[in-house]
Amino acid sequence: MDVTSIGWLTLPLAILGGAIRVSTPFIFVSIGELITEKSGRINLGLEGTLMLGAMAGYGVSYLSGSPWLGVLAAGLAGTTFGLLHGLLCSVKRVNDTAIGISLIVLGTGLAFFFGKPLIEPKAPALPSISLGFWSSMPQVRAALDVNALFFVGILLAFAVYVFLNRTGWGLMLRTVGDSEDAARALGFSVLRVRILATMAGGFLAGIGGSFLSLSYPGSWSEGLSSGQGIMAVALVIFARWRSINALGASLLFGGAGALGPALQGVGVTGYYYLFNAAPYILTLAIMVASTSRAAPFADAPGELKLHR
Amino acid sequence: MTAPQVELKNMTKRFGANLALNNVSLLIRSGTVHALLGENGAGKSTLVKCLVGFYHPDDGHIQVDGREHRLNSPKDADALGIGMVYQHFTLVPSMTVAQNLVVSGARLPAYINWQSELKRLAEVTKKLPFHVPLDVRVSQLSAGEKQKAEIVKQLYLGRKLLILDEPTSVLTPAEADEVLGYVRSLTRAGELSAVLISHKFHEVRRYADDVTVLRRGASVRTGAVANLSDDALAEAMIGEPVSKAVQHAPKLPPKSNIVLSMKQVSVNGDNGLPAVKDLSLEVREGEIVGIAGVSGNGQLELVETLMGQRDRSGAIAVSGVAFNGTRREIARLGVYGLPQEPLKNACIDRMSLAENLALRNFDRAPLCRGIAMNYGALTEQAAKLVKQFRVKAPGLTASMSALSGGNVQRAVLARELTQNVRLLIASNPTFGLDFVACEETYRRIVEARNGGAAVLLISEDLDELLGLVDRILVMSAGRIVHEVSADGADKRVIGKYMAGMKAA
Ligand SMILES: Nc1ncnc2c1ncn2[C@@H]1O[C@H](COP(=O)(O)OP(=O)(O)OP(=O)(O)O)[C@@H](O)[C@H]1O
Ligand SMILES: [Mg+2]
Repeated sequence: MDVTSIGWLTLPLAILGGAIRVSTPFIFVSIGELITEKSGRINLGLEGTLMLGAMAGYGVSYLSGSPWLGVLAAGLAGTTFGLLHGLLCSVKRVNDTAIGISLIVLGTGLAFFFGKPLIEPKAPALPSISLGFWSSMPQVRAALDVNALFFVGILLAFAVYVFLNRTGWGLMLRTVGDSEDAARALGFSVLRVRILATMAGGFLAGIGGSFLSLSYPGSWSEGLSSGQGIMAVALVIFARWRSINALGASLLFGGAGALGPALQGVGVTGYYYLFNAAPYILTLAIMVASTSRAAPFADAPGELKLHR
Repeated sequence: MTAPQVELKNMTKRFGANLALNNVSLLIRSGTVHALLGENGAGKSTLVKCLVGFYHPDDGHIQVDGREHRLNSPKDADALGIGMVYQHFTLVPSMTVAQNLVVSGARLPAYINWQSELKRLAEVTKKLPFHVPLDVRVSQLSAGEKQKAEIVKQLYLGRKLLILDEPTSVLTPAEADEVLGYVRSLTRAGELSAVLISHKFHEVRRYADDVTVLRRGASVRTGAVANLSDDALAEAMIGEPVSKAVQHAPKLPPKSNIVLSMKQVSVNGDNGLPAVKDLSLEVREGEIVGIAGVSGNGQLELVETLMGQRDRSGAIAVSGVAFNGTRREIARLGVYGLPQEPLKNACIDRMSLAENLALRNFDRAPLCRGIAMNYGALTEQAAKLVKQFRVKAPGLTASMSALSGGNVQRAVLARELTQNVRLLIASNPTFGLDFVACEETYRRIVEARNGGAAVLLISEDLDELLGLVDRILVMSAGRIVHEVSADGADKRVIGKYMAGMKAA
């Protein structure tokens, strides 16, 4: 292979570009899940919300001509699903894990059903911001063509950090998630906080879904999501329930996910499937390496339980 | 005068078929401390939880300064300046003390500037006679510090009526004195009225003006403390005259074989720093060894290590066999324990009482046959234990968290002491127990000892230790700093070693 002056840069650039692209939905879904879990509930249904968001976003963008309206619609669809999850789980003896899994099926099913007529038409996609303008090299420009939602995601991570640590509502959310007794003793409405947190989580997951269908090149198909909604749950644990960590974890995950295609791009085609498994292997490795008995999960919400 | 007069009238509260409060009336005079006494499960906590709006009474009225109020939630009580330190802590474990203080304020701040907020909190808490670190996570505080943090929180919120539900059970006598003395001085100054729930008569006598005794959910005696003798109070509590002479089984001299041996054991605390340092000790068959010390000097870590909950360096052997706390070793070597905060450390709060009573032996016959559980045998065992140890509970299938504090303790005691105990590790086993249950626990520990078990008793109550043990070790800063046989023990000397002073 002929090594040009840009050659040594191609691989890291491709990985960086891929990382940004792949990580964006992860950022939204994992931070949404983080907010829900901080209230002491787990919503495993975000995979369904993600698909619903992708479909709703694409559909509204197509009908209205505005991708941002599509993003909003995706968020609202997600909020509705969050509300559904929140209400169902508030009924005594209903288990949030089971509801979550049934919502995956429901969300995906609804998305496929209403999405049928959307496979053909072309909806306007979200704008991207070109950070590679300074370079004349097309590889650089392509890699640094960053979707606007990515920046929103970064802001979101910091905003959620501030919310959880520096606002009264954030502290209330953490109280409800960490100790129901404490919350009740302070007179907080545990159910209301949990429902709102699940709605907020759904909103963000819906937006994450809209990225899948509305980012360049933009299309709707039934194979859009490859389990991001489920991986987000692991990401939250991996991020130890901290939003900034979740941002970092999403990027890392995105980078690992971009490894396979990037290597293929520079001509390394062997072990393609093995490299595609990189994010999962990486997660496992880091999880094992970073767990320790001496430093337990200090930020893990105490009320987060599998059975209730 | 700002201290309110609060009156509870004809309060009744049912939990299912269980009548927890039966027509109880209570008058808390302005600027006084009103004590509530009663056996475990008498309804003390239930009564005060109704007063803060945590429970809703089925019947009854609450009047504050003569005006009737309905309290639907703790927020309503908060608005009236009524606050409570719960028996089971209600601080948020993953948040710092400062965050806990802020989130408990009447109005949640939109944005918190921690720098100025911390300064303000430090300002406010500086006036209190005791201190808790503001920027430490609650989960890293010791039980005593948590209790103080709870009290700081209530005082910070500017309560007019302060309810303390067994505040001193996890405090050392000196700390208890600090806390209650301060509350007392506030009531004297007319700034506060208070309700004090306690099992300790001397505290009631020292810090309370009035006292009400509850028995099985009913108020059976009320009056000024000065007019009631300890005997009269005790009699009202249990409903029959108390037999004075408590018969401890006579002590037999310990045998010579060593049951527990620890050699140069070091353990790290949650913060990663060494909490137990190079500790060596031995406990013989038929001997009770007491560990005295101020809480937070490594006792908790020591107990958790012995129960197999913590990594350590150094050697631990039970009856000459290396011990690492696996379930098989525990059963084979007969190592059992009564940990502190039993609801958290020895129970699964959402499982039923019967299931909790079977945690030690559910995997053995007769509770299991092959791989199947035998629920008949499980219930039968639970019924037997509940009867034998007089555990008061809404029912065998009631969730563990529905039991009163003292009864959780009894249930754990019942489960652990009915195993084949060779080594018993008891950590503050009488925290929160009424005096009848205390005596019962002492008797059972001595019985276990006389049955040949080795007992390691960790306690902050020096009188309790001196009354029970054969030998006392004093623990300070993670080390054993003093050892003396119980006969030759001098409380003053031990106290000095506890306080960390070298020479006595
Ligand atoms: N949430 C609940 N559900 C069902 N029963 C309950 C609940 N809380 C308390 N009880 C029952 O009400 C009775 C009174 O309990 P309470 O906690 O008021 O006792 P207490 O006097 O505070 O005892 P202790 O000294 O052990 O703390 C007990 O029989 C208890 O089992
Ligand atoms: Mg109680």
